[in-house]
Amino acid sequence: MEEQQDVRQDQEVLPKLDIPDTAPRELSTGTAIFDVQNTSIYYSAFRAVTDVSLTVYENEITAFIGPSGCGKTTVLRSLNRMNDLIVGARVEGDIRYRGVPLYGSNVSPTAVRRRIGMVFQKANPFPKSIYDNIAYGPRINGIRNKARLDEIVERSLKAAALWDEVKDRLNKSGLGLSGGQAQRLCIARTLAVEPDVVLMDEPCSALDPIATGRIEDLMQEIKSRYTIVIVTHNMQQATRVSDRTAFYSVLRDEKSDTRTGVLVEYGSTAQIFGDPQDSRTQAYVTGRMG
Amino acid sequence: MAAASDSLAQSVDLREPSGWRRSKNQIMTVLMWLAFVIVLIPLGFVLVTLVAKGADAISWQFLTNSTIPPNVLPLGVGGMGAAVVGTLEITGFATLLAVPLGVLGAVYLNEYGGNGILARLISFMSSVMTGVPSIVMGLFIYIIWVAHFGYSGMAGSFALACLMLPIVIRSSYEMLRLVPDSLRQGSYALGATKARVTLTVVLPAALSGIVSGALLAVARAAGETAPLIFTVLTVEQTNPNLFSGPDTSLPLQIFSNAQSAYTGANARAWGAALTLVAITFILMIVARIITALFTRNTR
Repeated sequence: MEEQQDVRQDQEVLPKLDIPDTAPRELSTGTAIFDVQNTSIYYSAFRAVTDVSLTVYENEITAFIGPSGCGKTTVLRSLNRMNDLIVGARVEGDIRYRGVPLYGSNVSPTAVRRRIGMVFQKANPFPKSIYDNIAYGPRINGIRNKARLDEIVERSLKAAALWDEVKDRLNKSGLGLSGGQAQRLCIARTLAVEPDVVLMDEPCSALDPIATGRIEDLMQEIKSRYTIVIVTHNMQQATRVSDRTAFYSVLRDEKSDTRTGVLVEYGSTAQIFGDPQDSRTQAYVTGRMG
Repeated sequence: MAAASDSLAQSVDLREPSGWRRSKNQIMTVLMWLAFVIVLIPLGFVLVTLVAKGADAISWQFLTNSTIPPNVLPLGVGGMGAAVVGTLEITGFATLLAVPLGVLGAVYLNEYGGNGILARLISFMSSVMTGVPSIVMGLFIYIIWVAHFGYSGMAGSFALACLMLPIVIRSSYEMLRLVPDSLRQGSYALGATKARVTLTVVLPAALSGIVSGALLAVARAAGETAPLIFTVLTVEQTNPNLFSGPDTSLPLQIFSNAQSAYTGANARAWGAALTLVAITFILMIVARIITALFTRNTR
């Protein structure tokens, strides 16, 4: 067992970054939403993730999987510039959103985030009424008309499969909802601004299987209108919901004892789980590691 | 019933395992109650004395009559209306000056300043300001304002605002720090700017704590005497103009009347003290109700 570990670490120290052709085997490619090329992300001097290249396609669900500390959340947060909020975070490389460089000098992070929404690991409803939680985003965008807001709130809550449960208590606090309801409220809040892309950072990690199932169904329902990128620790979830999967792993530098995430393999979910090309991917998806 | 619990105790003992631990628990519980009662004693004593000695003085005439009579006159003549008006004006204006500035300062410290040199300087200075004796604040305003523009209620407000400012900054800052970062992130993820995140998420989430801190500062300022001695002087007639001419306030009247040898003046001092406590108490309750209405969805 110990020996096996060492062999794997050797592989990681001298990585063979033979990232397979990003063109999927079984999926036809639509419009590219994100085009990430040779990207590294740093927190001050620490390189958190390196050499990421992948393309996310429209109306697909793309899953990021990998062990803890492999940088999948970091990459996700770089896609709507949430990393800008962390002092010292820096992106090197080229990340394009619909062909536009996301880190271009005249790009406004707030404009980016209005088109690319995010759902967080832990549900974070605002300490406001359910109605005001949903109406928050549209109000930011200048919508003041009450009838219009009512319509958006109803549509968003219906899209997030929460309407029937809360329609009689829209003026009650969003903090009074159960964990699964609160997470669906956060999804509804994200959908209310009609984003182009929804990024999800382990949205089900704190939920029970039933609530998880509802959110997975929800993702399938909204997929036709949105592009979704989801980080998950749950490999079954990745196989259930995603069209494409990116597997990340950790490189350990023996000398400085620092860990850097790398993208190991990216392809259709069927290929990643059924016919992994990299030994590390195979070890991970078959449960021998991580 | 007792028999049932006895037989249960014999079959399964679910009490604290050792006798000493159980005793320790009881001793500590008793000590905590004792501490609680000891803390309540001075409060109860003050309230009982105030009501016992001051209640006789309170009447509609006492609260509203605009002429404070000379010390020799008995209680039935004149009233403390001038001091009530002065206290409300001076403290109210001081609140208007100190609370917005203090909350903005706290917002800067927690949301914008980060670990920058300016933020650390402000934080340090406000800590230093907390320790400045209130009479020094009065002298300070005397030198920079009263010496040039004369006595006025406003000068008193300046001195009180200087006292309130560090309290408001410190308490608001602590409340803003408690707002979870996940709320800010949620707002940013919807495309909000920093100003909007602060205005629509952070401040509302911290509102009830900020109001508590502000009330503490108001209550402290309303009872201050020393900073007013050099700034508003003490007069015996209502001065409706906050911005010019000497004024008076309840603490100042307590101070001057209580020193008098005449029973009428002493009774007026007790009445003024009870009035001051009642005003502060009513203010607290009103502010609490308003805050509760605004924040009913925040928990």
